[in-house]
Amino acid sequence: MPTKKYKAPLSHLLNPGHSACAGCGMIIAARLLLDTAGPNTIVTNATGCSEVTTTQYPMTSFKVPWIHSLFENPACLASGILAALKVKGLADKTNIIAIGGDGATFDIGLAHISGMWERGDNVLYVCYDNEAYQNTGYQYSSATPLDANTSTTPPGKYSEGNDQKKKDMVGIALAHGLPYIATATTGYPLDLIAKVKKALAIKGPKYLQIYTPCVPGWGIEPKDTITVAQLAVQSGFYPIVEYLNGGLSGKTKTTKKVPVENFLKLQKRFKHLFKDERGKAEIAKIQKIADKNIEKFGLLNS
Amino acid sequence: MHIKLSVQPGTTDKIKTGNWREWHYPEIDHEKCIGCGLCDQACPEGICFPTGEKNKAGRVYYEKDLDWCKGCGLCAEICPVQAVTMREEIK
Repeated sequence: MPTKKYKAPLSHLLNPGHSACAGCGMIIAARLLLDTAGPNTIVTNATGCSEVTTTQYPMTSFKVPWIHSLFENPACLASGILAALKVKGLADKTNIIAIGGDGATFDIGLAHISGMWERGDNVLYVCYDNEAYQNTGYQYSSATPLDANTSTTPPGKYSEGNDQKKKDMVGIALAHGLPYIATATTGYPLDLIAKVKKALAIKGPKYLQIYTPCVPGWGIEPKDTITVAQLAVQSGFYPIVEYLNGGLSGKTKTTKKVPVENFLKLQKRFKHLFKDERGKAEIAKIQKIADKNIEKFGLLNS
Repeated sequence: MHIKLSVQPGTTDKIKTGNWREWHYPEIDHEKCIGCGLCDQACPEGICFPTGEKNKAGRVYYEKDLDWCKGCGLCAEICPVQAVTMREEIK
């Protein structure tokens, strides 16, 4: 053990001591988000890992005003807080951020988010996308990718895991005509910080979708959280894009295409695909989805 | 309007999650550290920080606080100069 002991100054807006897993991707995203937004922020939180791990009563990790209501509610809560701030004349001085997991965003809270976007409230909605209901025991959500093994879509004799494709939430956001839509990942923290800054500078409803690997749900090693997220981007499996007023304004390009296999084999949720010929055909299908993404957004640097 | 807070901000710091560590802890080589701060950004706990002390190359090196470190090893993975190594811990 080292001789001199150093004491952390705890300068971040999210304190340690929370019960997130070692190597959790969600909590990295949450901390970077809060530190970038600054102390003049009100956070509304959906039910999920980000709520359960940070706020066990009577404690909280947050150093900013934070509120949790129901699973589907962060968007409506944010709208209500904004209305109150408008009456008090503080609406322009405060950032309002709604945080939800992929379950709260893609499935349960979709109607309320749609309402908030339609009203045009000046709120940044952040979805941390870990591709299943990881908090309650890894059940399928509509963000789960093709062929992933979850507790409600187990692979077996007649199944190769989830048989549906991931819902295109960015497309749904685009259809609402938002001024700013972006995807980011914890694999590229500097990109994430830049996108939060950019989003908060724009007035109107914003949507930011952050790809956050989940250690127990995906069956990865804690130290691989960042590597897996980077491989997802480099293989085209998860395109990192940015839309400004409906037009594609930014994307993370890769210089060399990584086969999607490299990304899949690090995770236990895709382990069944490496067993037999049937799995090989499924990997080819996933590769096709990645290739389509690369073609659609022009992600390859040539 | 004044609301009495039942929960004070940032109170989870009382929970020392350092005992979650299984068998590895990060060790930072002060002379190798270039002070880029990537470990600070990648740490799920947010407990890598600049110490304010300079090494021989004149860079402010980073350190970690083992009171909360869960031993995930992300700092060692992301460090661009391999200044962080995960060492076996004898408890």
